[in-house]
Amino acid sequence: MAKKIRVLMAKPGLDGHDRGVKVIARALRDAGIEVIYTGLRQSPEDIVAAAIEEDVDAIGLSSLSGAHMSLFPRVVKILREKKASDIIVAGGGIIPPEDVPKLKKAGLKGVFGPGTTLQEIVDFFQKNAGRSR
Amino acid sequence: MTTRAARGPSTAKLVAALRHGDKRAAAKLISLIEDDEPEARTVLRKIYRQTGRAHIVGLTGPPGTGKSTLISRLLKEFRKRGRKVGVIAVDPTSPFTGGAILGDRVRMAEASRDPDVFIRSMATRGYPGGLALATFDAVKVLEALGMDLVFVETVGAGQSEVEIAKRAHTTVVVEMPASGDVVQILKAGILEIGDVYVVNKADLEGADAMVANLHLVVPERGKGWRPPVLKTVATEVGGVKEVADRIEAHWRHLKDSGELAVRERARAETELRGALVEVALQRLAARPASERSLREAIDRVAARKTDVRTAAEGLLPATRAK
Repeated sequence: MAKKIRVLMAKPGLDGHDRGVKVIARALRDAGIEVIYTGLRQSPEDIVAAAIEEDVDAIGLSSLSGAHMSLFPRVVKILREKKASDIIVAGGGIIPPEDVPKLKKAGLKGVFGPGTTLQEIVDFFQKNAGRSR
Repeated sequence: MTTRAARGPSTAKLVAALRHGDKRAAAKLISLIEDDEPEARTVLRKIYRQTGRAHIVGLTGPPGTGKSTLISRLLKEFRKRGRKVGVIAVDPTSPFTGGAILGDRVRMAEASRDPDVFIRSMATRGYPGGLALATFDAVKVLEALGMDLVFVETVGAGQSEVEIAKRAHTTVVVEMPASGDVVQILKAGILEIGDVYVVNKADLEGADAMVANLHLVVPERGKGWRPPVLKTVATEVGGVKEVADRIEAHWRHLKDSGELAVRERARAETELRGALVEVALQRLAARPASERSLREAIDRVAARKTDVRTAAEGLLPATRAK
């Protein structure tokens, strides 16, 4: 049986806009990835707990509300605390270009702002989240 | 190629951690089983003796009847009753791309952080019957993790996805109002396999008619168990307590009537027969000459020179020496 890439897609915080994350989930599905979608209004703790149970290769976070600078790094931090930092984290949404280097410094492997194509995101997960890294 | 297992801790360490209730170890072991890694067999051999104590409850029914929501409510109810609860939720794999969207956790978000709950989403990966090949081996991992009760949620099932009833102790069939007339209900298959029937979304029109129709056709399951037909409104917790009561009552019935031993034996037979086929195929594939003889046999069958059964019998006796 082939090793499947598993990615958990989550919306941290109170942001209720989930069309984007669903479009991306669908694109990953069509690329042969198993996507675990956890829904809206998740705390960073919920997201990490789910990622551990699901034994995913990567977490994809979506935030359109401007809270990414506090919520995204928190997910990375809790993963470290739970000794699960082999799970990579990527984030996307309305993210100003000046925040990108800060988020990368905080441990996000990929950051995707407005204008990113679906193919770029699919390529990112296939390259970085493969089980035969 | 480095496998996931090779990067992580050793299998022995994972099994030891599993016995101490380590969720991450459980999750990694389930992945080994799902990916059909060679280590998976060692794991199952090591944990097999710790399995067989948990109550395995299957939930099945058409898509959108509220199976995930009902499980999330039952999770809460059984946690109140002091049970440790595992969930394996199966969703379909795309037959075209191999990808999947596993969305059952959306309804179970509240339970994620409870240390005595373990939820795992699983894609069918081409396995028929509304389950995945790895589903019941993953259940064993959850039993070894110390779960008292394990729910298995099938994919939204149509009419003939009935394997769950052979593998679970208690099968709950979830229907909703207005999902077909009495002829649909009279048909064979999924409506014969329930130990408990639930008409969810019972606040919608037609709930009582659905209950009445089910009462008409639901057969007795085993000696002395008449499957109840219950109404729930899972989004509002209505009726959930009674479903939990009847699930427990069925477990007691299985134990008291001796039916449990009968079902366990039937389960062992199903699993052993499945494993025999798998081992036979693997041994066939492991023979150096077999790839060629297999191809030749396919050619003969395609050319109508041999029938399928004769060709298969011609391929297998040679493996007996192994």
